[in-house]
Amino acid sequence: MMWFNIAKAQSFMPTQGTEIAKQVDNLYGFLLITSFIACVLVIGGMIYFVWKYRRKTPNDKTAYISHNTFLEFLWSFIPLVIFLAVFVWGWYIYHNMRAMPKNALEINVLGKQWAWEVEYKNGYKTVNEVVVPIGQDVKILLTSSDVIHSFFVPSFRIKQDAVPGRYTALWFRAEKLGDFHIFCTEYCGTSHSAMIGKLKVVSREDFDRYLEQGQEERNLPLAKKGEKLFAVKACASCHSVDSAAVKVGPSLFQKFGHEEEMDNGEKLKFDENYIRESILEPNKHIVKGFPKGVMPTFQGQLNENELSALVEYIKELK
Amino acid sequence: MATKSAHHGDNYINFEKGLWSWLTTVDHKRIGLMYMISVMFFFFVGGVMALLLRLELFAPNATANVGQVLKNGDVYNQVLTYHGAIMVFMVIVPGIPAILGNFFLPLHLGAKDVAFPKINLASWYCFMAGAALAVLTFFFNKIDTGWTFYTPYSIRTGTATVMMVLGAFIMGMSSVLTGLNFIVTVHKLRAPGMTMHRMPLFVWALYSTAILQMLATPVLAITLLLLAAEKLFGVGIFDPALGGDPVLFQHFFWFYSHPAVYIMIIPAMGVVSELITTFSRKVIFGYTAIAYSSLGIAAVSFFVWGHHMFVSGQSETAGIIFSFLTMLVGVPTAIKMFNWVATLYKGSISFDSPMLFALGFLFLFAIGGVTGIMLATLPIDVHFHDTYFVVAHFHYVMVGGTLMALMGGFYYWFPKMFGKMFNENLARLSFVFIFIGFNVTFFPQFILGAMGMPRRYFDYIPAYETLNKVSTVGSWLILTGFLFGLYAIVQGIRKGPKASMNPWNSKTLEWQTSSPPPHDNFAVEPIVTAGPYEYR
Repeated sequence: MMWFNIAKAQSFMPTQGTEIAKQVDNLYGFLLITSFIACVLVIGGMIYFVWKYRRKTPNDKTAYISHNTFLEFLWSFIPLVIFLAVFVWGWYIYHNMRAMPKNALEINVLGKQWAWEVEYKNGYKTVNEVVVPIGQDVKILLTSSDVIHSFFVPSFRIKQDAVPGRYTALWFRAEKLGDFHIFCTEYCGTSHSAMIGKLKVVSREDFDRYLEQGQEERNLPLAKKGEKLFAVKACASCHSVDSAAVKVGPSLFQKFGHEEEMDNGEKLKFDENYIRESILEPNKHIVKGFPKGVMPTFQGQLNENELSALVEYIKELK
Repeated sequence: MATKSAHHGDNYINFEKGLWSWLTTVDHKRIGLMYMISVMFFFFVGGVMALLLRLELFAPNATANVGQVLKNGDVYNQVLTYHGAIMVFMVIVPGIPAILGNFFLPLHLGAKDVAFPKINLASWYCFMAGAALAVLTFFFNKIDTGWTFYTPYSIRTGTATVMMVLGAFIMGMSSVLTGLNFIVTVHKLRAPGMTMHRMPLFVWALYSTAILQMLATPVLAITLLLLAAEKLFGVGIFDPALGGDPVLFQHFFWFYSHPAVYIMIIPAMGVVSELITTFSRKVIFGYTAIAYSSLGIAAVSFFVWGHHMFVSGQSETAGIIFSFLTMLVGVPTAIKMFNWVATLYKGSISFDSPMLFALGFLFLFAIGGVTGIMLATLPIDVHFHDTYFVVAHFHYVMVGGTLMALMGGFYYWFPKMFGKMFNENLARLSFVFIFIGFNVTFFPQFILGAMGMPRRYFDYIPAYETLNKVSTVGSWLILTGFLFGLYAIVQGIRKGPKASMNPWNSKTLEWQTSSPPPHDNFAVEPIVTAGPYEYR
């Protein structure tokens, strides 16, 4: 079976990043072979019969065979045994997948339209990037702030929905260094297919350094802090900052200080207070040409210091 | 009505004239044809949307390509939603029971009509009203939830969800009425001598389906009403912001929608049973096993909904139980497959186009079946869930299975329905294109899914490009096949040579009356003395 799995993994299954992935692939390989045999039997049998017994004369006599109890018992019983064997094998692996290891490194991941917000125990936050050390049990604690998302790492063969209003979890122990894709697999609207994250597996030392760096970021200048927040809160998925291109929301590039026409015809100056209001009460004054109700409020999610950082960052987009 | 027939034409088509006589008819055959026209129309609409979706996915949006027809993610998501909702609620679910079932159930039983002809007509109006409501949302305020309406997305998205679910609700009523009608017809209107065990297998399949329609559809109806109430009044059943549970919706939804999968496939199995035995000119192997396995599938189908939710956050125990029960459905399905192949043994097999479609069904359903077992296996489903593997699987089962059977059954009964023959070569050509095109379109999607490409993706990473290109090209082959098929049908109806009473030398009752049948189905009430497939 080894050669088969190697061939399979290299041809179309993603890299096996964990031990569980190998277990899953073994079972999948077994199922592929059994399925192939079953299809050869059924489809091959069908093709053989239709060719052998094709109509030769308009009045062919056919055999009258209405049933055969022994045969029928056999072809009900054998599939049942195979199905149950596969079920038990699957149960065993699934249990390993679901039994959360003790002493795992816990990372909180929040799914939101349309980004993954990652938070480590020391308070360090990133977006769309989960960095983990190699060879350690990692538990991802999932939830969502709006609709259902699903956290999927193909190379690790793991997936779990992030459901608003509750925590779900998954665990893995990465055994390969490198970058792996994180996809969202529960349909979540406009940018569902762009909700792609990166899972970086690094050495223990690199991981420690990574967390330290995160600590240092707390001492960054205000605008830099704002830039970071802008990314973490996934503002960039709706607002462009380096061109006038319109995403879901208006571009923020070179906007500061200009007048904007609102959807009620009123003209407002794009200043510190307008930015602040737009973050906290996004539907109060909508720029002309954009629909109401798209942007969620960030009331209660940002403190004053963070608000000032964001304002400072947007101010500097010149 | 019977007294009037002396003054009218000699078959059901020319029995009365004028559009009004069709719109007010209670003749099950005419209602079957009206369903046929409606379903074909919706199939066309859903099909065009499918082609657009595939065109968009021809290449990732980063590269210049023939795709990028749907401008942005929102438009793609809307088209995706309508494609799914139309194909499920307006084509695959009603397809075989409403068209072929309506037309042939009474003929198979030797009855004059269904038990409640007026309810039958009402169910067509329900279907049309619901479908119209659903399709019209497209012109007001498009919906982008996907056909599954998962909460809380469906509650939050500012689109026409309420109107759409109301449409689905009304179509559900149509489904319940048809089911009710069929059950009573089977129990009450069988011709003298037609015992339950002498009924054709297509009737058994419709009967099992009708039970599912009656029991499962109301659950969907209630779920959709709750969703509408949630959206309109914020009652807090599904929305976590109001203390509701979003996963509860999934439980409710799949409690209907998993049985609905069998509402789609069991009638197809019935059609295939008829086709295999007729074109092998041989008694079907294991009649009782096929008949009761339909009921078996119907029964178990109520207890497997949780396999759609292995990664939803339901408990590990629930996952294990649902995986086990799902495995059980595989058994009656496998029994049917083996029975059909065994029927071919020592038969006299002709390759008329209906038979080609039936053999195509066996081929595609075998692949759909084994991949279904893979998806029922817990850890493998964790990887495959909501990827293109699932997309490929359900297209193999629902399109490859149901649509193949629908097409095969349609060609098979075409002479009876219209009294004309179609061009056999065109029909075969149509089959070849659909069959090859289907495999070219959907087989690569199994591999895409295994590679990890999630479903409902408007754009994808470059690694998935080649297979997506192949898949899109396949969709053009399918289109070609259906155009040939459409031409064969229109040409056959307009200019086809006159069909005899029983062109395939079949043994079931519908072939013992003229083509097309008279208004009352049979000139003399038939008396049944043997089983339906006594080829000797």
